[in-house]
Amino acid sequence: MSTRRFLDQPIDFSTLPGQAFPVWTARVDAGELLAFCRAARDAGRWLVTLWTSLAREGDNKAGELRGELHLALDLAEGLVCLTLPAGQGGFQDLAPIFPSAGRLQRAAFDLTGIGPESGDRRPWLRHANWPADWFPLRDDSHDAPRLPTRHEDYAFVRVEGEGVHEIPVGPIHAGTIEPGHFRFSVVGELVMRLEERLGWKHRGIARRFAKLSLAGDGASGGSGVNAAARLAGRIAGDSTVAWTWAFCQAAEAVAGVEPPPRALLLRALLLERERVAAHLADLGAIGNDTAFAFGLMEFLRLREDWLRGNGRVFGHRLLFDCVVPGGVALDLSASDAKALRDECATLAKEVAQLHAIYDDHAGMQDRLLTTGRVTKELALQLGLIGMPGRASDVARDLRCRGDHEPWAKLSPQLVTHPNGDVAARTLQRFAEIDESLRLIGTILDRLQGTPAGGCRAAWPATGSAADGTGARHGFGWVEGWRGDVFVALEVDKDGRIRRCHTHDPSWHNWPVLEHAVIGNIVADFPLINKSFNLSYAGADS
Amino acid sequence: MDIDALLPQFAAQLFELFAALALAPLLTGWVNQWRARLQGRTPPPLLLPYHTLMKLFGKEPLLAHNASSLFRVAPYLIFSCMALAAAIVPTLSSELLFAPAADAIALVGLFALARVFIALAGMDIGTAFGSLGARREMLIGFLAEPALLMVFFTASVISGSTSLATIVDTLAHREFHIYPSLAFAGVAFTMVSIAENGRVPVDNPATHLELTMIHEAMILEYSGRHLALIEWAASLKLFAYSCLGIALFFPFGIAQTLGPGALAIAVALMVGKLALGGFLLALIETLSAKMRVFRTPEFLGSAFLLAVLAVLVHLLLEGSR
Repeated sequence: MSTRRFLDQPIDFSTLPGQAFPVWTARVDAGELLAFCRAARDAGRWLVTLWTSLAREGDNKAGELRGELHLALDLAEGLVCLTLPAGQGGFQDLAPIFPSAGRLQRAAFDLTGIGPESGDRRPWLRHANWPADWFPLRDDSHDAPRLPTRHEDYAFVRVEGEGVHEIPVGPIHAGTIEPGHFRFSVVGELVMRLEERLGWKHRGIARRFAKLSLAGDGASGGSGVNAAARLAGRIAGDSTVAWTWAFCQAAEAVAGVEPPPRALLLRALLLERERVAAHLADLGAIGNDTAFAFGLMEFLRLREDWLRGNGRVFGHRLLFDCVVPGGVALDLSASDAKALRDECATLAKEVAQLHAIYDDHAGMQDRLLTTGRVTKELALQLGLIGMPGRASDVARDLRCRGDHEPWAKLSPQLVTHPNGDVAARTLQRFAEIDESLRLIGTILDRLQGTPAGGCRAAWPATGSAADGTGARHGFGWVEGWRGDVFVALEVDKDGRIRRCHTHDPSWHNWPVLEHAVIGNIVADFPLINKSFNLSYAGADS
Repeated sequence: MDIDALLPQFAAQLFELFAALALAPLLTGWVNQWRARLQGRTPPPLLLPYHTLMKLFGKEPLLAHNASSLFRVAPYLIFSCMALAAAIVPTLSSELLFAPAADAIALVGLFALARVFIALAGMDIGTAFGSLGARREMLIGFLAEPALLMVFFTASVISGSTSLATIVDTLAHREFHIYPSLAFAGVAFTMVSIAENGRVPVDNPATHLELTMIHEAMILEYSGRHLALIEWAASLKLFAYSCLGIALFFPFGIAQTLGPGALAIAVALMVGKLALGGFLLALIETLSAKMRVFRTPEFLGSAFLLAVLAVLVHLLLEGSR
């Protein structure tokens, strides 16, 4: 096992074998953790996520409960995971170093009781009905009974001054959309501050994972790896391929399963089809939010055709459960490949026409240009990732790293836009659709070169490598259409899931939305919000 | 005036009022159908607004705990204002009972009265959206009203009266003249109508985004028959504005006498003109995107400027006639 150091810090990291991409781990103390975080921030590296976990001493039911803080950082050389033993208490506030850590820490406390010792300690996932002393990820906490409804007095930050008033919006909206509360402090139409309150879509996914295992179907009685993969695919339905793939990467690393190359290509194909479908819907919705309903109707039509194509070829319009542990659920025939290729050609032509219409529509461009601007400096400071990040000129895309398969062979182009406003995020989507369509063509070419069949590797019945050398930790990291979706999986010696942390890119981007709105008018918020189109379900999970 | 002369006027007036009440939702349905067609959707049924009204009338109105009596009275007031407005616009005939009362300035006042009450009702509950909508509505109102007045003044200067009946009589039954001033006034009137009726590009009647709403934000708290009355009043307003536009700029074919034959021709012509007008409105709405709230003053400022130009053009170029 090789070790190495990063960023000139005196921490010896050891490489974690068998992962889908390079992963380095180390156990650190509080001082080392802070020093490393500061060095990483100063070097322009990214916080991927942080989470806490609890374990009994010696895996024994009677053992003392010990907490750990885990921090995943994105260094250019790969993923680095630091683990800090946190005892029963807490850890030092990391939000001053990484602003995006703030809400992650609060959520970590709500789930395990291990949180930051200072800074913002308001509840995040925990809402009124959820008792303050009930931590769902502690193994001694009971299954939540039906809890009485209680009123919550959440301490929103108030803006003082003459003429400032608050507009509370949601969580129930005038349209059928996901729940989220937005508290605007405005002067006239001008937004001084926006504060978000999310967490209404918390479904206890992490606790549910802890009841499943990585055992194959025969050995698990329905709570095995396939159930876990299905659960991962339902964290955020619009990114189901990304989520399932990320979970499968982690599970495969633990079980020592290597998916066949053809399966990886098919997963990439599914992911790009998911990306195109999501971008088509968003482009239409951005048009609709400027009251240009024609755009919505045209893009919905294109998306509907695309989804029907999914249904015909892959058996599910939204591609649910097409990615499975060990590979993919079904292979692609030569005739289907031809159909997909024709579909791409048609779509490219139609999207180009609509792109021209959007570009030439003066009234619409007036709404989009300069609205909700996030400068590159702000994006880097707050850690804006994924598609909105690239629209603010942040050149970060896991697919273009060279150490993520199968992308390295497909040479995807990194697309960015310098402006960071709603118009830039719109153009970014057009550009990413073009690139995805090109990638789909490349993938189909490659698929032609590999023999059909054998798209799913066998899964060990016990869920661990046959020779007993399988790791206890697995990581999954996939560039979904919103940004990088991350899964950290920890199993016990019997293959049962002890902790499965799932991280949606929206965790990083929701706080940036609060900044993007400042100085805009209230009436432009829905448009700005739509241009980010962040996930409530994914982040609340 | 003897009763024999009043009776047909009274009948015609009643006929016009009920025609407006009955036809207004149809115009809304027609516009919605064309919007859908132009967007590439399957259009909703033409009679859908009637079903919506029936459904709402059959529902119990729910009131917020802190709603005052103003909140309950407002729908009736607004509906009455719009019904009266639709009745005094000389749509089918200029020989109506209310014709002496049908003054252009009074009409603007009627619209303003309804606006004040809907804004007050919006603020009455004390929700953020009601106040937000009321504020925006007043912003639009105080810019739209002067522009509308200037449009009327153009027509008044041509006909020498602010009485709508006289204006329509003059414009419809005079020897044929081309008035360039009316072209300016017509454009200004179209812009004002779009703003006043909450249509794209000023407001979006179809939106579900509460933060962008103007008219819809004020009436979010209404339900049941209250909402039905307000929806109906909105249809009546659109109908009244459409009729007004036709009366001012395309009055040809309006009945000069109150005979059934003349009225029948007037009704047929009216329906045709409204259908065309509704289609054009849907076309404008489909082609435009909603502008930023702060662009509205520019939009209505242009309308005012055009209306002033219309008066000037008349005084400078057409004054010798």
